[in-house]
Amino acid sequence: MSEENKWKYGFFLGCVAPNRYPMIESSIRAVFDHLGAEILELEGASCCPAPGVFRAFHIPTWLVIAARNITIAEELGVDIITGCNGCYGTLRDAWIELEHEPELKKMVNKHLAKVGREFKGLIEPKHIVQALYQDMGLDYLRGFVKHKFKDLKVAVHYGCHIIKPSDKRPWGGECEDPTFLDEIVEITGAKSIDYKDKLMCCGAGGAVRTAVKEVSADFSREKLENMRDAGADIIVDCCPFCHLQLDLGQMEANNIYKDMIGEPYKIPVVYLTQLLGLSFGIDPNLLGLIKNHDLKGVTPFIPIESFLEKVKSQLT
Amino acid sequence: MNENVEKYIKRNVYKSTSSRIAQKFVDAGLEKLRACINCGTCTGSCPSGRRTAIRTRSVLRRALTGDESVLEDIDIWLCSTCYNCYERCPRDIPVTDMIIKLRNIAVEEGNILDAHFGLANKIFYETGHGVPANGEANKKWQDLRESYGLPPLPPTVHVHPEAVKECQELMKSVGFRDLLDKIEKIKEKEKAEAEKNKEEEK
Repeated sequence: MSEENKWKYGFFLGCVAPNRYPMIESSIRAVFDHLGAEILELEGASCCPAPGVFRAFHIPTWLVIAARNITIAEELGVDIITGCNGCYGTLRDAWIELEHEPELKKMVNKHLAKVGREFKGLIEPKHIVQALYQDMGLDYLRGFVKHKFKDLKVAVHYGCHIIKPSDKRPWGGECEDPTFLDEIVEITGAKSIDYKDKLMCCGAGGAVRTAVKEVSADFSREKLENMRDAGADIIVDCCPFCHLQLDLGQMEANNIYKDMIGEPYKIPVVYLTQLLGLSFGIDPNLLGLIKNHDLKGVTPFIPIESFLEKVKSQLT
Repeated sequence: MNENVEKYIKRNVYKSTSSRIAQKFVDAGLEKLRACINCGTCTGSCPSGRRTAIRTRSVLRRALTGDESVLEDIDIWLCSTCYNCYERCPRDIPVTDMIIKLRNIAVEEGNILDAHFGLANKIFYETGHGVPANGEANKKWQDLRESYGLPPLPPTVHVHPEAVKECQELMKSVGFRDLLDKIEKIKEKEKAEAEKNKEEEK
């Protein structure tokens, strides 16, 4: 890197990635490091708080805790990146609301003052996909591609909150037919396949998964059916909560809806930076793709070995 | 929102009810729903409505007319907040945000599912995370982190007890602790009543 610290971000971890899918956290760290971005820790950050649950319980609490998380990055003077659509939704929506509504900002800062903090609005909360696509750009990313997949059909899953509400997102108002994630996936040579209802929600959000798992699992069942029909080798996503829903959700759909689905689902779920990292030639161990433990009942629930086996010969 | 729609929202209308709840709906900004032309685009766009009984248009209609029963209806908790309705509403009503406000009013009235209350009261308030990895019960997740070369706990509230306290202080200051305590009392009372009814049935 010729310019020092060309990109410097505060890494907002959230809950699901660090605490349930640490391979996602590892792969984001590895890929951003590889791309020459400096990652700073947001020490003492909390849950974003999750938009579907805590925002739905008490909006002022959601706003104050989100603002506190943003102030941690403000102190470091860096933009936030997060690998989670939910955290992105919370941090970005809160940031925009506080920027546009002085009364809300005053209310929030009255509370934050009690713990010696102030929301100033100096930094921007970004999704890692936004950093990759807008800050770095496809041309820059292409320069790092070492291996191109020759035969890999990917069902891309955007998730909802990376694109919607579109008036609070950086994609020019596009929410019915976005392409940015497919474009990133395809620089690796993989083919982003079309499938029915591609932008449909995974079913985890909005507190639905927490309370009514059967309903969530039915969302996933419908998505998985459409992905399987289209011949997907793997699912690629950019949100740990969608990731959990599409991974653990396969087990749940296989169990709850076994009479409906025929063959059980077993589509490997791969996080965006795991796929990118492989194509960049990063050690799969650093990308959390190699299982190195004997733990029971941990993630990923759907084995990814068939994916690794398929691409092994393509990585030379 | 254009000027005409704005006028339409603010017009004087006959209110079918003047209840306390209806006032809460107005205070929460749900008045914007008056721009609704009942076209049903929200219902038609709803992935949850494909498999459950939630009918977004109907939920909003009930809120608008001050029908309190909507607050106790599980339907409002079946929205996965995908924002399809928000994006497609031809009257520019931020539908998903309205459902979230509706949930806030429901919670204030003590209408919150046990799983949600436990998540807020025990997990989020106590740890600062919605999905925690600390403590002996979560040992396997700490081991999993280590197996991928990460420290057993992330550099979040999990390794900063002072940050957990700070979050709790903020939650007290903004009224969340009081809200949780109030709901806890309501839930205890409901439980006691249910048990009493059970006894009487015997």
